[in-house]
Parts: sequence; structure tokens; C-alpha cells
Amino acid sequence: MKNRSLVSINDFTKEEILQIVDRAAMFEAKPNQDLLKDKVIASLFFEPSTRTRLSFETAIRRLGGRIIGFSDASSSSTTKGETLKDTIKMVSNYADMIVMRHPLEGSARYASEQSSVPIINAGDGANQHPTQTLLDLYSIKKTQGTLENLNVFMVGDLKYGRTVHSLLQAMSHFNPVFNFISPDELKMPDEYKLWLDSKGIPFYEHSEFTDIISRADILYMTRVQQERFADPLEYEKVKNVYVLRNSMLKNTKDNLRILHPLPRVNEISTDVDENPKAYYFQQAENGVYARMAIIASILGLA
Amino acid sequence: MGKKKELRVSAIQNGTVIDHIPAERLFKVISILNLDKCENLITFGTNLGSNRFGKKAIVKVADKFFEEKDLDKIALVAPEARFNIIRDYDVVEKREVSIPEEIVGIAKCFNPKCITNNEHITTRFSLLVSGDIALKCHYCEKITTKDHLEIL
Ligand SMILES: [Zn+2]
Repeated sequence: MKNRSLVSINDFTKEEILQIVDRAAMFEAKPNQDLLKDKVIASLFFEPSTRTRLSFETAIRRLGGRIIGFSDASSSSTTKGETLKDTIKMVSNYADMIVMRHPLEGSARYASEQSSVPIINAGDGANQHPTQTLLDLYSIKKTQGTLENLNVFMVGDLKYGRTVHSLLQAMSHFNPVFNFISPDELKMPDEYKLWLDSKGIPFYEHSEFTDIISRADILYMTRVQQERFADPLEYEKVKNVYVLRNSMLKNTKDNLRILHPLPRVNEISTDVDENPKAYYFQQAENGVYARMAIIASILGLA
Repeated sequence: MGKKKELRVSAIQNGTVIDHIPAERLFKVISILNLDKCENLITFGTNLGSNRFGKKAIVKVADKFFEEKDLDKIALVAPEARFNIIRDYDVVEKREVSIPEEIVGIAKCFNPKCITNNEHITTRFSLLVSGDIALKCHYCEKITTKDHLEIL
């Protein structure tokens, strides 16, 4: 993967995914290394995302690298009408690698074609966010000891949630069983279900969030956002149905861990936070190690 | 090759006869090939009987021969169309159209949030192998189906 951009989770093979996950564990054991001592990394956030940006910048600084860039488009030349192409052409002359977040879908793929240095996609609109997927995989591996043969429950907005789509695709390398729990309006799109069928991966759909989660190894929660509903009444009907409460975890497996890409609104009740099965805060921390592993691998340094 | 009966009606000496266009796609074909701006002699007929695809249309353009790229575009809206090359009143070549696996620069992505609809970028799609025409955008990864298909 040296010198290759990371635009979509599908750009990495199973072996490459496992390599990143293993390296993330090595960085977690020894987080401060000087691998990026002579490197300049550009961090271009055409839309603000403090959480993702801080995670990347922490990863870069822990590796000893220096950062140039901007944290939202208003402080960049795009407000003066500069095209993405021109910005990328310029910055790729300055930096050894570009981390990029952009509101338009496909922008990261396009940037990777214009850039002379590798691009890491830190989110392109509703399309891809592969470093989130890799940190999810690292979290799963860390808590389950394996990525193989797991029963993964995904809950909430399965229609628009890019994190669940990417995670579904990445987990499909590892012989999973999927259970999808969502309101009718936000069901997993057909294209993903057909794709799972073509791979012979079993999945089950539910509209009720009940004790079926007793079989889960991973419970991946997402936000159900009001703006996804054409009818506000429909949102009012479902908004409190897909909420995880501590009492619901009583009969779940010991190895169950609850993941969430954060930020949450009300879909995980705060009484879950103290439960040892809650893992979303550690999951966020794992993002730094996963991103260190990704950066080092792409620069051929680890 | 012998002349076809239908070609004898207002036959052209040299040029192209585009046959087997579904009647409802005729005006789309005309606009994709920019025939509305073409100065050559053009005749067309529509709502002609056809046993295979319902009613069909036919376009004859004198002294014009189309490029591969034009055929690729037509394949997206009229996959059964056939381009008959006419020289000296004879059909010298029949070219069927086929959708290329990589569709470059001829279709528009239906996704308004796609980068290709916001900067000057040549669109690229891969053809999905399923019943109806469906194109997967190389950039935003969204799928443009037949109903949303717009030819550039
Ligand atoms: Zn697109």
C-alpha cells in the first residue's frame, strides 16, 4: 500500500486491512515514535470536523510530523473560487501526504488523481470515510480477539449511514452474520443486500429493537437524524424506539461490545456509559492508533 | 450486400442510416448526435412497425459517418440501434452498438453532490451487470439508473 491513496475501504484487500489493524496495536503499545520526523503532512478540511481533524493531527504529531493546512473552507482559497484541482496541485508540491475532508462526494477520488502524493480520505460527503472503518475494525479486533465469524448488529439509520455501509463491506471479508435493526424508512439499501447475497453472507432485518440482541457480539449504534424524514411525525414515532438502555443489556453475551461513531444524541442512554460493554469512548481513542498505522503504512515507514 | 426495402424510400447515396431506434427514443437520439444542429440532409421516420421492440424509428443522415464515441452514447439510450454505413447506395457495413464497460465523458452522474457536477471533470462510470442499464460513478460511487440517465 506504500504511496497509494486511501479513498475507499474497498481500495484495501483483506490482508492490507489486517496489516493496518495489527500495526494499530503496535502503535497503541508504543504511541510516540519519530517516524514522521522529516515529513510535512497537509490537513485540508474543506468542511469542519473537529473530531476527525483532532484525531488525525494527534496521530501525525505523535509520529513527530509537521502539519500544514486549514480547518474549514472559509480560511482557504476555495472561498476565492479556487478549484479543488488547483488546491491539490499546489499542496501536493508542498507536502508528503494529504489528509482531506470535503463535503462533495467523489472529491477524494478526484484529488487522488490530481495529486502527486498520497491522499487519505477523511470523509467525502456521504460517500466514504475509510479511516473510521479501519478504527472500527481495530476496535472489533481488540475487543473480540478476532474479526472472524462475528454476529454484528447494526442499529438506527442504515440507509444513509456511510459508516455502516463501509463497515459492512469491510467485515464481509471475515465471514460475519449481520442483523439490521432500523425503522422502515431507514432500512439497509437493496444494493448492499444484493451484494451480501452475492457473497453468500447471511443477514436478517428487524424493525423492533428487542432482546434479539442477546446473540450479538458487536452492537453498532448510529444516529437517527430528523432531517432524514420527509414527515416530522414519522420521526417523532421512531426517535425513541431505537434507543439503547442499560436494562436491555441484561441478557447479552459477555463479549458484547457497543460501538458508535460519535457524536451521539439520545440513541444510547447515558446509563449505558458505565456498563463495561460500552466501548464507544475507547473506540474514539483507537482512532488515533488506527490513523497512525494508516499514515505509516502509506508512507512506507512502519 | 443488397439494399433493404425500407432503405429505398428516400435512399441516400452516402451516409448513415440509424435503424431500430425505439420510437420514444428518437428525439433523444437526435439531440445526442446533435442532428438538430447538423446541416446535412436528414430524413427520419417514426412509429414504424417493428416486430421486436414495438414501434421503431429510423434516421438517415447524408454524408455523415459517426464516431465510436457517438455509438457508445446511443448504446445507453437505444441499445438495439444499428448504424448502417451507406456508400454508393449500398450498405457496406452494419454496426451494432454496445455499452462499453467503462463509460467515459458521455453520461452525467445523477447525484447533485457528486464532485463531477461541481467542477469541470470528465465523468467516468462502470457498467453494472444487471438487467437494466445502471452506471456506477467512479467518483461518488453512486449508481445512476436508466430513469435518471442524462447524456452529456
Ligand atoms: Zn458521481
